[in-house]
This record gives sequence, C-alpha cells and structure tokens, in this order.
Amino acid sequence: MAAPVKSHPVEGPASAVQNLTIGKALNQGLRAAMEADDKVIVMGEDVGKLGGVFRITDGLQKDFGEQRVLDTPLAESGIIGTAVGLAVRGFRPVCEIQFEGFIFPGFDQISSQLAKLHYRTQGKVKVPVVIRVPYGGGIGAVEHHSESPESLFAHIAGLKVVSCSNPVDAYWMIQQAIASDDPILFFEPKRLYHSGALKAPVDPSATPDPLFASRVVRQGGTDAAATVVAYGPSVKVCLDAAAAAAEEGRSLEVIDLRALSPLDLGPVFESVRRTGRLITVSEAQSESSITSEIAARVQQECFYSLEAPVLRVAGFDTPYPPAKLEEHFLPDLDRVLHAVDRALDW
Amino acid sequence: MFDPYVADIDAEALRGLYRDMVLVRRGDRESNAMQRQGQLGIWVPLLGQEAAQIGSGRALRPQDMAFPSYREHGVAYTRGVDFRELLGIFRCTDHSGWDFKAHGFHPYTIVIGNQVLNATGYAMGQKFEGKVGDDDGEATIVYFGDGATSQGDVHEGFVWAAVYDAPVVFFCQNNQWAISEPTERQSRLPLYQRARGYGFPGIRVDGNDVLACLAVTRWALDECRHGNGPVLIEAFTYRMDAHTTTDDPTRYRLSDELEVWKHKDPIERVRAHLARTGGADTAFFEAVQAEADSFAAELRDFCFNMPDPPPERVFANVYAEPSPQLDAQREEYLAYLSGFAEAGEH
Repeated sequence: MAAPVKSHPVEGPASAVQNLTIGKALNQGLRAAMEADDKVIVMGEDVGKLGGVFRITDGLQKDFGEQRVLDTPLAESGIIGTAVGLAVRGFRPVCEIQFEGFIFPGFDQISSQLAKLHYRTQGKVKVPVVIRVPYGGGIGAVEHHSESPESLFAHIAGLKVVSCSNPVDAYWMIQQAIASDDPILFFEPKRLYHSGALKAPVDPSATPDPLFASRVVRQGGTDAAATVVAYGPSVKVCLDAAAAAAEEGRSLEVIDLRALSPLDLGPVFESVRRTGRLITVSEAQSESSITSEIAARVQQECFYSLEAPVLRVAGFDTPYPPAKLEEHFLPDLDRVLHAVDRALDW
Repeated sequence: MFDPYVADIDAEALRGLYRDMVLVRRGDRESNAMQRQGQLGIWVPLLGQEAAQIGSGRALRPQDMAFPSYREHGVAYTRGVDFRELLGIFRCTDHSGWDFKAHGFHPYTIVIGNQVLNATGYAMGQKFEGKVGDDDGEATIVYFGDGATSQGDVHEGFVWAAVYDAPVVFFCQNNQWAISEPTERQSRLPLYQRARGYGFPGIRVDGNDVLACLAVTRWALDECRHGNGPVLIEAFTYRMDAHTTTDDPTRYRLSDELEVWKHKDPIERVRAHLARTGGADTAFFEAVQAEADSFAAELRDFCFNMPDPPPERVFANVYAEPSPQLDAQREEYLAYLSGFAEAGEH
C-alpha cells in the first residue's frame, strides 16, 4: 500500500491584495511556500545574499536562513543532483538555474535521476523537486541567455513542465508546483519579470486554477475567426495581436497553455471546433517541439473541424541569433497577424 | 589507529564475515551462471570485491544510508536486501524492487557517478535535520568505481560535500579496471590523494582485507556522524571477473595479472586465518559451504520461476500524481491487446 501522500494546502497569508510584477509575485509565492512547509528549501547560484541575478529570491535568505536558502557552488549538475538526494531525504528543493542556457550540465541528473526515480522504484521514491528556469529572449543578451529549451524537457517522461505568463499565475503556480509530488520544470518569462505594464493585483485569499490547466485568456465569442495558442512570454504577444485584430473587426480567441507537459488541450479542441483555425505561437524552434505536439493532437481530435492547416509562428530552426537580430527571430504581433491572415485566406 | 575499530571482532564475528563473503560470492557465481543459461539478461559480477563490500557494509548502522552503483550485491546483502530482489534488475522484469527506506539502501544507479551527487544531497539533508554530531548520528556512504572518479558528478559531489560538511563517506572500489581501461586512464596520482585537493581526508585501504575495510569504514562513518565528514576511502581491490557478462577481459588484460590477484583472494585469506588460528574447524567450513549451496539452489529456483511483469506495468508509476494521458494510453493499449486474445479464441 502506498504511503499517504503528504499534501500541502496552498494558502496565502491573509494579507492584502498587492499589485505585483511577475518577478515580485514569484518572490511572494516562494515566500508563501516556505512559510507553509519548512521542508521547502531554495538552492542555486547567487540566490542568497544577492537574491538571484533577477532578484526573484530577494530577501528569502535573510528571513529563512542559510540552511533554507543555499548559495550553492557553481555547478548545475551538483544543484540538481544534490536536490534529488535532498528530496529522497524528505525535503522539497526549489532549484534556480540562472539562465536556461546553463541548464545542460544538469541535464543528465534531470533525465537520468529526477525523471526516473519514481518509475524505477515503482513509486517507492518520490522526488518533489522544482527547477525554476528563466527563459526566452528579447533582453539584448549574449549567447546562452535567451533560449527556449522547454520542449526538450517536455519530451522526457517523468517530468512535468509549466510556464507562467502573468503575475497571478506566477504567484500560484510556483506554490502549486512546490506542493506537487512530481518533479517540475518551471519556466519563467525572464523579459517580463519586471514589466510594470503586466503588474496585476494578486489576492492571496483567492482560489487558484489548477496547475495543469490551460486557460482561455481572451474569449473570441461566437464569431471568433481563429484560435491562437501560446505560453509564457508569447501570451502577451498574442493578446496584443488579438487587440490589434479586434480593431480591424476580427476576433481572435487566445489560450494560455500554462502546462506544457502534460498538455491540457481540452479548451483548445473546444475552441478549434468553433473557429476551424489554429495558430500556435512560441519562441522555441518549431521543429519537434511542443507546438508540433499540439498540431498533431489537434489534427487528430478536430480533423473535420479544421478549415486550414495548423500554422505555427515560432523561433526559426537556428541557434538563437546575436541579439541585434533577435527581433527577426522572436514572434511578434505582425508575424502572428500574418499567420492569422494566411489561415483565413487558406 | 584503526585497530580499536575492530577490537570487538572475535572468532565468532570473523566467522560471520567469512560466511557473508562466501554466500555473496555463491550468489554472484550462481547469477553469472544463470545469465549464461539465458535466465538473466546480463549480470554484473562482484567476484574479488567481497571484502570491500562486506567489510564496508557491515560497518553501517541501521540509521545510515547507502547509495550503490550497480555492482554492490554484497552491500545490498549487508543491508538486508534479499539477493533474490536483485535479480529482477538483471532479468529485466523491473528496474529495482526493494524498499529503500526500510533497508537504508538506495536503488541501484546505472549512469556512472550520478549517485555520488544524490548521496551528497541526502547527507546534506541529514545534517540540515540535525542528525549529525554525536555517537548516534547518521551518516551516508556512497559506492562508485575507479572509472567514475573521472565523472564531473563525482567531482561535484566532493565539492558539495566539502562545502556543506556533509556526513558522507565516498567509498571508491578501485578494482583496477573501468571495463577495458586501467586506472592510469583515469588518474595520474593514486585516487585517494584526490581528497586533499577538496580539503577532506582520503585513505587507501586493502580492499581484499575484510577487517581493514570494516575498520576504516567504521572510522570514516564515525567521523561523519560526529560532523567531521566527508571522507574518501579508496578500497584497493581487483575485479576478478569481467565488467559484465557481455565483456571479454582477455582482449585487454593478461591472465598473469589475474593469477597474482588470486593469491590475494579476500575469502581465502580469512579462511586460512580462521583455520590456522583455530577460529573455525572443518565442520564450520563444510556447513557454510552447504548453506551456500542451498542458498544458490533457492536463488536458482526463484529466478527460473520469476513471472514476467504484466503489460500495464509499462505505464505504472511514471508520476506520483494521476496522469489521465497515461491512463488513456494504457487503456487503449490493453484494449488493443485484448483484441488479439479474442481473435485467438477462434
């Protein structure tokens, strides 16, 4: 008989509603998770005194001590590998990878141990580790600081992959990920961390949506022309595109995937059956990616509803280019609308 | 310095260690033979390493945790893991079966060196929980080979353990060969000397001397449980058989070398000592041999009758939490399979 699963009720402190950026919401979410469960520890490079290079863990070491917020040696396999051991011991480690391009030294531990221990032991070993990964481009950075490797992790059985696109989700999803008994890659849209435009009221007493659920973030109505699916940093691009399309009298339905593995495509199927057209948007290259998966499943489930092929707006199948070229690489409002036009003209 | 650590080993205790080594070797030889008969997919022989494994394994206390690689059948035995439970891995009916918590023995790790980081993390957890610092403290031991010392994970484990004062004994069984590569391909200097560069003690022990291994490991574990870890032990021994049953050592090493090491056989030396000192008589040796034969017969009988796992096992325990996607895949596949069963009835 399986041991009872330790559950962590996700409750925010009974504090007031705050207007937060994504970065600050993550910080508050981490704080709430650490207050709720003293087995939650934060570990990574520069996460202590500095508060992380993006300041997401700002103030946590001061309040929770050096044994719960660990400035680790500079080695990603070490971060993940020791987190696995700590999880086996009963801790709930939250690892920060400084930039997505630096996760690969830890890839072996992620794929060989983190993803497989539960399966290997027929459920006897749980490894509730969260790996926070700032990802995506648009910050004018040097190489390895702007990539979108999420599909690589979605391909690995045993892992779950999520990405937040706004402060409310950031606050709740990080807590839900930490409370989950499965290992989770948590991708954070780094260029939006400190976006004042995205600030939103976060109510710690609200009831959050489930973690592994996609969400319609802009209703297209009964006359919606097309469905647009995105996640992470691309959600804002798609919402902006939908607003621009609306000015031209064209209604787009926008869905934020939130969960990348497992995918929650029910709302996507429902939407595509109404609109007949689907455009997916990601910064990640389209080849063998999450958007490939969406296209495959949508053609299987919505075959007779499709009025046009599923079209994908994505980063090109190249390495991330020098930042002076990134505006060409990253999907923007115009490329999304161009794809909508193509779908409608098909 | 180390004599006090085995002062309690009287003739009876030594007979016990002898019996342990004989049984484990018999299980190893029987398993090797069963692979040759097609009953196991592969076997990883421990022949020649009985003293290193029994000596170090018997140094552990119930509260300690051991992280094996994939050759630690002798250590498994000392942790109370039934030898039969190892067979599933090599018959390929499961990836690991035993209850790691109950036995204080982590699942086998096949990717070289991964477990060193996992063990270090576990030991960090022991320290964080305040379980270190007195005679009753906890400690962790992790097993790896000479080849693994070239892995980054082993290096990172040394760094982490040193930085966090983790109560972990790094137990390197230098069996001279990493498949076909001699230790000269891994290191310019004796492996135990590497510890100095990380700032903790390293010691080489005769890995074919069960008492020396017991003494040194007890000392190292005591250092750790008192908060003076980590410690590196290099047990200098010899892999008397192939790397695995798929290997052919005649291609890369001379039989002369094996002949030299046969004279240092870890079991024969204890037998000779017991016989010469009157610590055991012929009746004892015959009784142990009879017990080993019966142990082997039971092992054989068990192995030949091991059932194949049911097809639904493919889908089991990928995640700790429910997975509707895998549930659907499983149901679809089982329905597909049952179609064959129905067709077969005609």
